[in-house]
Amino acid sequence: MIRFEDVSVTYDGAAAPSVQGIELTVPEGELVLLVGPSGVGKSTVLGAVSGLVPHFTGGTLRGRVTVAGRDTRTHKPRELADVVGTVGQDPLSHFVTDTVEDELAYGMESLGLAPDVMRRRVEETLDLLGLADLRDRPISTLSGGQQQRVAIGSVLTPHPRVLVLDEPTSALDPAAAEEVLAVLQRLVHDLGTTVLMAEHRLERVVQYADQVALLPSPGAPLVLGTPSEVMAVSPVYPPVVALGRLAGWSPLPLTVRDARRRAGALRERLAGNAYEATGTTTAAATATAGAGAAAAAVLATEGATATAPSRRPKLFRKRTPETGVPTPHPTAVVDGLAVRRGRAEVLHDVTLTVAPGETVALMGRNGAGKSTLLSALVGLVVPAAGSVRVGGVEPHRTAPRELIRHVGLVPQEPRDLLYADTVAGECAAADSDAGAGPGTCRALVSELLPGIEDDTHPRDLSEGQRLALALAVVLTARPPLLLLDEPTRGLDYAAKSRLVTVLRNLAAEGHAIILATHDVELAAELSHRVIILADGEPVADGPTAEVVVASPSFAPQVTKILSPQKWLTVSQVREALRAPEREEGAEA
Amino acid sequence: MTVSSNDDRRRGRGRGRGRGRGQARNPEQAGQAATAAASPTAPASPTTSASASASADPSASAAAAAAAAAADAAATAAGIRSAGRKGRAQPKAPAPASKRVRRQLRAPAATRSNALHPGAWWLWALGLGTAASRTTNPLLLALLIGVAGYVVAARRTEAPWARSYGAFVKLALVVLAIRLAFAVLLGSPIPGTHTLVTLPELPLPHWAQGIRIGGRVTAEGLVFALYDGLKLATLLICVGAANALANPARLLKSLPGALYEAGVAVVVALTFAPNLIADVQRLRAARRLRGRPDKGLRGLLQVGLPVLEGALERSVSLAAAMDARGYGRTADVPPTVRRTTAALTLGGLVGVCAGTYGLLTAEGGTYGLPVLLAGLAAALAGLWLGGRRSLRTRYRPDAWGVRAWLVTASGAAVAALLILYASYDSASLHPGVVPLTAPTLPLWPAAAILLGLVPSFVAPAPQNSRKDHNSRKESS
Repeated sequence: MIRFEDVSVTYDGAAAPSVQGIELTVPEGELVLLVGPSGVGKSTVLGAVSGLVPHFTGGTLRGRVTVAGRDTRTHKPRELADVVGTVGQDPLSHFVTDTVEDELAYGMESLGLAPDVMRRRVEETLDLLGLADLRDRPISTLSGGQQQRVAIGSVLTPHPRVLVLDEPTSALDPAAAEEVLAVLQRLVHDLGTTVLMAEHRLERVVQYADQVALLPSPGAPLVLGTPSEVMAVSPVYPPVVALGRLAGWSPLPLTVRDARRRAGALRERLAGNAYEATGTTTAAATATAGAGAAAAAVLATEGATATAPSRRPKLFRKRTPETGVPTPHPTAVVDGLAVRRGRAEVLHDVTLTVAPGETVALMGRNGAGKSTLLSALVGLVVPAAGSVRVGGVEPHRTAPRELIRHVGLVPQEPRDLLYADTVAGECAAADSDAGAGPGTCRALVSELLPGIEDDTHPRDLSEGQRLALALAVVLTARPPLLLLDEPTRGLDYAAKSRLVTVLRNLAAEGHAIILATHDVELAAELSHRVIILADGEPVADGPTAEVVVASPSFAPQVTKILSPQKWLTVSQVREALRAPEREEGAEA
Repeated sequence: MTVSSNDDRRRGRGRGRGRGRGQARNPEQAGQAATAAASPTAPASPTTSASASASADPSASAAAAAAAAAADAAATAAGIRSAGRKGRAQPKAPAPASKRVRRQLRAPAATRSNALHPGAWWLWALGLGTAASRTTNPLLLALLIGVAGYVVAARRTEAPWARSYGAFVKLALVVLAIRLAFAVLLGSPIPGTHTLVTLPELPLPHWAQGIRIGGRVTAEGLVFALYDGLKLATLLICVGAANALANPARLLKSLPGALYEAGVAVVVALTFAPNLIADVQRLRAARRLRGRPDKGLRGLLQVGLPVLEGALERSVSLAAAMDARGYGRTADVPPTVRRTTAALTLGGLVGVCAGTYGLLTAEGGTYGLPVLLAGLAAALAGLWLGGRRSLRTRYRPDAWGVRAWLVTASGAAVAALLILYASYDSASLHPGVVPLTAPTLPLWPAAAILLGLVPSFVAPAPQNSRKDHNSRKESS
């Protein structure tokens, strides 16, 4: 259905080709997953299928790409529109019309299908994607998952034989991502659609793939194989594969179910030293030395208050345990916070306290109020009721210059923070904004991400590099409270683990960190405490191990595999397996 | 959900009753019903009707209600006078045709298929605007604003474009304020005797004669400015009403095929303004995160470049998406047709120009009109031929139905009646300011303006917003 014959693409002005020597044949009705670290040219390969590369982006394409027998050299994207449907990373920039139903019909209108055919297909697609209730809704009022489904639906209605998707689930909460993947699964099974998809979050998608195409590094040839073959050699792999590699399982399990069936022996090996490593001490294990110990102490008392029946008056018992714990100087105190947008109450009666050195993960579905809570902590939104105090000041009444010494936020789109046209310029501006000594920010950048040139334009950095730069800019003012909004969107596993290391060190130095994220693996890896928001209210608040284990949609893969034992991450398991070996070594 | 099913039930029953009465008026059926009612099973029918109409199925309840109504009618016809039955039968005394018509006219809930043609809303609003331009009577203008506002309140949806009404009202207030401020500062040509205040007058050199800054502010001048400004404000509010009631993208669907693609470009360009504003707000907020003041003009200027970059990027990715979805696919047309299209369009436009020139100059009185008409015809034929190049089909275009005619007619009637009245009694439409008199409400024009309320009865009513909100919650 899709054939790449010795394809290489060189963009205008680039010294080396972005991808070269691509040989790939995708048979009809298969779901092929394209994986690889960021910057290896996944989007280029996807664009070549729809003809947008090179007709729209410019550059030179050598070799031949054929889709359903049509050569993309002689067919422009619009002439391939009836066989290829493309959905990009950002669904919002995909929409031409303003309501769901019109959007679904738009592609068919362009192709000139008969009105009665269009009518029938729109109805079918509305049902297939579960959009029937939303048919008259303006697109701008939909949630992220709904928009993604509309975007997929809008390319499905012309009945393309090939569907090309770039990161379809990255911006979605776990439940919405499952919804979208279930739809794709159904298309492949029921309609025989061929799907080519790139995705960083392998833990969500790898089990659905018939084949995996791996681009291991820039310029390297494409590796094609069954998912378990490719995962054995891939530089990017989900936690279930990491655990499989650690335990030496072969063939590698790809789903939680497969892994669970093999995990009996591993569970037994871990049983001895597992159980005390639950609850509070898991968090302590993840926290490193220094102030991490303080955090652990806080968490330990917290655990005690949580288990022991509270002797405090009723008034206090309702709140989160932290308010009852006498921490000397909490970094941030939120009390009964309510925030309104128009008449809708986005946050309602939120109460929490964050101690120095503590890392808190905010989770919940798209639109639950996570970003709003972060905005309230930096004073971008004014509370309708209740109070917010960060380091003793009220954020929305504090001048920006003063505020950045108390709290810093890295927004969802780190680019929003960057104005200058070189990295050096950005750093100099950050130093003068924060009143820090010259070179402070540059030193931070080098520490977070070695090898960024001074004269690089921030726009030319990869997602991970841009995040590091924005983080350095925010950290220049040394805020005791650091907030991150969806930090892992678009990051590959390597960039993510670098971010985890950086954030752990910051927590160890005594920074309090709050991250809003959909990434359950990140939350498990990093946070001491998880707060789950639903409809603007906290519905769960407690140590990571307890909260995520209790919830199937927020539990990381390792937890699911090794339950009922309470393990969160592969690194914990690795530590635990190494510990007895070390003891044996010491004895011998 | 419960709201709508209730509504269905009521409507179903109502319709049924209407039908029942219709049957009863037919002597034959009345007779049959009467015999049915006279039979021993008859007394049971009211209870069955009550229970059936409580069921959610509209057709079943309609049938049951029809039976009940027939029984009622028959009961009166047959002269059965049991006290309980009489009580029930009385309120349903026949109120024939007019009620039935009213029920049929009652606006249905708006759905995609019965949506009013956006062109009808625009024509209606333009009718009101034309009426507003014919009068300076503040009472009539206020009435026009009220009529437009009521229709908007009754029939606008919750879509983003519907929110523009508020912006237009604010704009109208600003225009009014500016008009008044000018009258105060620059004086007014209206001679007046009631001086309110005397501002210090700025002496100007002799060549600036006729211009005055400061000086006497008279009540007459202010009232005149108020009337004048109110007229402008009313016009703006009428345009705002059309904007809020008609979806601009739907209006686009009515364009001829040859112009469609240009139209899409215009609509996409229009949606960029709100996106730009959102970008500016986001980036100004981000300045705060860098420790820079997020208010003031400098802040706005500094985010300018990133905002433009973002807008450009978004438009490029939108263009890519549109291209990949088949925007701009054309059908193969024989070269002769292509050439004919070009010749017709160009020739037609030249003809229109020449004809217009001929009409406007004194000499061209004879050939002006024919040339203009021929040019128009050629241009239209060119457009029609050009449409053959486009493959596009239309998905559920809005139909121009009876309701659209009624809405348009109500706007046209308001305009036409006011224009007629202006030639008959101009004085009451333009109340004098010298001497200052209280404006009176002329009865006939006021009644004519109230015709503009017709859309709030005949246009399909938008869905209940609360239901919409619930479904949003369920689905998210």
